[in-house]
Amino acid sequence: MRIGLFIPCFIDAVFPEVGVATLELLERFGHEVVYPRDQTCCGQPMANAGFNAECADTEALFVRNFSGFDYVVSPSGSCVHHVRDNFDAIEQTDEVKEVRARTFELVEFLHDIQKVDAFPWARFPHRVGLHNSCGTLRRLKHARPSELHEPFFSKPIDLLSKVDGIEFVRPARPDECCGFGGTFSVFEEVVSTKMGYDKVSDHAQAGAEYIVSADSSCLMHQRGCAERIGVPLKFIHIAQILNGASA
Amino acid sequence: MSTSRERTDDAMLHPEMLAGVDPDAIIREGHRLDHAEGTSKPLRPAPEPQPRGAKVRGNRPIDQQEAAARFIAATEHEKMHDERLWDLRQKRDREMHGIPEWEELRSLASAIKEHTLTHLDEYLLEFEANARSNGIHVHWARDAAEHNQIVHGILRDHGATSLIKSKSMLTEECGFRHYMASVGIDVIETDLGERIQQLDNEDPSHVVVPAVHKLRTDVAGVFSRTIGTDPGNTDVHYLAEAQREATRPLILNADAGMTGANFVVAETGTFVVCTNEGNADLSANVPKLHIASIGIEKIIPRLEHLAVLVRLLSRSALGSLMTQYTSHFRGPRAGGEMHVVLVDNGRSARLGLDEFWTSLKCIRCGACMNTCPVYRRSGGLSYGATYSGPIGLIIDPTFNARKYSNLPFASSLNGSCTNVCPVKINIHEQIYAWRRVLVNQHEVPLVKKAAMKAAGALLSRPAAYRAAIATADTALAHLPRFVIYNGLNAWGKHREVPHPPKQTFHSWYHANRGAKQ
Repeated sequence: MRIGLFIPCFIDAVFPEVGVATLELLERFGHEVVYPRDQTCCGQPMANAGFNAECADTEALFVRNFSGFDYVVSPSGSCVHHVRDNFDAIEQTDEVKEVRARTFELVEFLHDIQKVDAFPWARFPHRVGLHNSCGTLRRLKHARPSELHEPFFSKPIDLLSKVDGIEFVRPARPDECCGFGGTFSVFEEVVSTKMGYDKVSDHAQAGAEYIVSADSSCLMHQRGCAERIGVPLKFIHIAQILNGASA
Repeated sequence: MSTSRERTDDAMLHPEMLAGVDPDAIIREGHRLDHAEGTSKPLRPAPEPQPRGAKVRGNRPIDQQEAAARFIAATEHEKMHDERLWDLRQKRDREMHGIPEWEELRSLASAIKEHTLTHLDEYLLEFEANARSNGIHVHWARDAAEHNQIVHGILRDHGATSLIKSKSMLTEECGFRHYMASVGIDVIETDLGERIQQLDNEDPSHVVVPAVHKLRTDVAGVFSRTIGTDPGNTDVHYLAEAQREATRPLILNADAGMTGANFVVAETGTFVVCTNEGNADLSANVPKLHIASIGIEKIIPRLEHLAVLVRLLSRSALGSLMTQYTSHFRGPRAGGEMHVVLVDNGRSARLGLDEFWTSLKCIRCGACMNTCPVYRRSGGLSYGATYSGPIGLIIDPTFNARKYSNLPFASSLNGSCTNVCPVKINIHEQIYAWRRVLVNQHEVPLVKKAAMKAAGALLSRPAAYRAAIATADTALAHLPRFVIYNGLNAWGKHREVPHPPKQTFHSWYHANRGAKQ
């Protein structure tokens, strides 16, 4: 398959290793992975702040960059949620609809499309706490949220369970928001950081060494919170574990 | 409905029966050792003062973040509030798991409410006709002012100067107590939590548990100032009993009683009030005159629909099977009079809003507040509005878009509210939609608009964007300016900024896969 690799702005600038892991992982499955050089962002920061008109040009650029691929894959749930569910500042031509429908978050892609049954190269002998970002949990439906009376499922746990040596811990409030929330993290910085402190403390008390997530933005916020209050946790993106990172 | 305490059963006991509950008491051979207690009781620091709510300055936008920061700084209050409401959320989950058809019930409840709201005129008229034939006087109020005047008129006709009432968010919306005070009528709240708030001259902070933001030390302070309890005694049973003793005579001597309603049934012309303290029954049945103030969205077509909604209400609110009292009011008692005031106060206008009309499905259970991580850490009074928490974010701007323009931004858009809502209001999507509406109505600061415009311009021009974040270091300097509109200052106050990597993914790709393109 020919895959367009969508690396959101903050992963590009702050977490390049997550982009590299995503690229290498997709290549392991024999895909032709292309990173369109002119990509910038999906428009979510403006849209979430209510400025939909201001993201029209950015959305148009996104479509120009990612038109014509079999799939567009990104290691960021919230960005994919924006493209899939809210990307409506521009006219919804067939091309736009096509790009939106073909855009997948990495875990979804591996679980639902690639249907991976093993990661023989992966070994992660650590206790991890899984953080499902709200975008992946309640919009992209990676897993059953605790509020709903539905059968349990979890795509990230399905994938991570195939990694040798991994051990899961269960925090007391497994799907409580960590407080990132895009512009919320600065608009309501006191509430946002308090939520972050509580989140990392919950994982630490459950015995986690690592917090693993499909969203680097939540991890960036949580890491900043943990470092400030001295909670000795490490943070890792799910792509890195699935690609064989050992620590 | 109303519940400020769970242990209603204990409150029914005579205080002497509760002598053993003091956790500090030392009992020897059946007697309490007072002298030992006097020498061994630990010194306690002065209780943490209660953080107050948002500063309201006329029509100026409420600064929820400022009030939330003060609430979080009051660490004992914040911790208790977060844990208490999370406990309600967990109890709600437990009850949910006890009902296999839970999700089906939510769908049914949503469908009942949507059907009724789209035939609101018919069902209201059906209710009016049936209620009148039951002997109920029915009044229509266009807005808060009309409501207050109608109720005042009824009281004046009966020469009533004191009114006991049970909890009602609608009367909070109408500024009813302030109005009544201005015309010389004494209003006595009978719900314990609401009474605490009334005595403290503070609004309710939650639609179901109105004083949940207060520690018992706060309540002891309020009661010692207002009803003369011992300021050092923070025993909840003592405080509740003191309030019973103080309020009971006021109830027995009141000229009129007022309730709200949780549900209004069109086919029977009756209405239903759900409480846990039985105070609505006292308010309605002790005086001869009963007035019920009811929002027009409370109507449901038939009695059988109540079976769906009542099963969801208390489970969602408090994680209990049912409220202690579910009282059906069918008409006046012999020799008494019953009035219903049906109030619009912006509801018909809301019904006409394409993106927001389903907020009228709300049955005021408070589940969205209990689950909201922002609400639990901010306290309800930080919103500076009648309705706080997620449901408040989407209702308050319909009352005053300017004053409540900040509220839809006080959310991480996590969506838990939508999932717990028993009538399936898409709350988080409406919060997102309100942001767009408020930006389009220019109710958002210009500096934010300028930043977003600049971000949109930079992000749509790859060359300029690349130049801005050419290296990882310069990226860190520029990136937050467009990812987060006001830069690193707010980010770094209470958390560390990200560590700059050696190179961006973009440059790594160029170096390692460059030949491909």
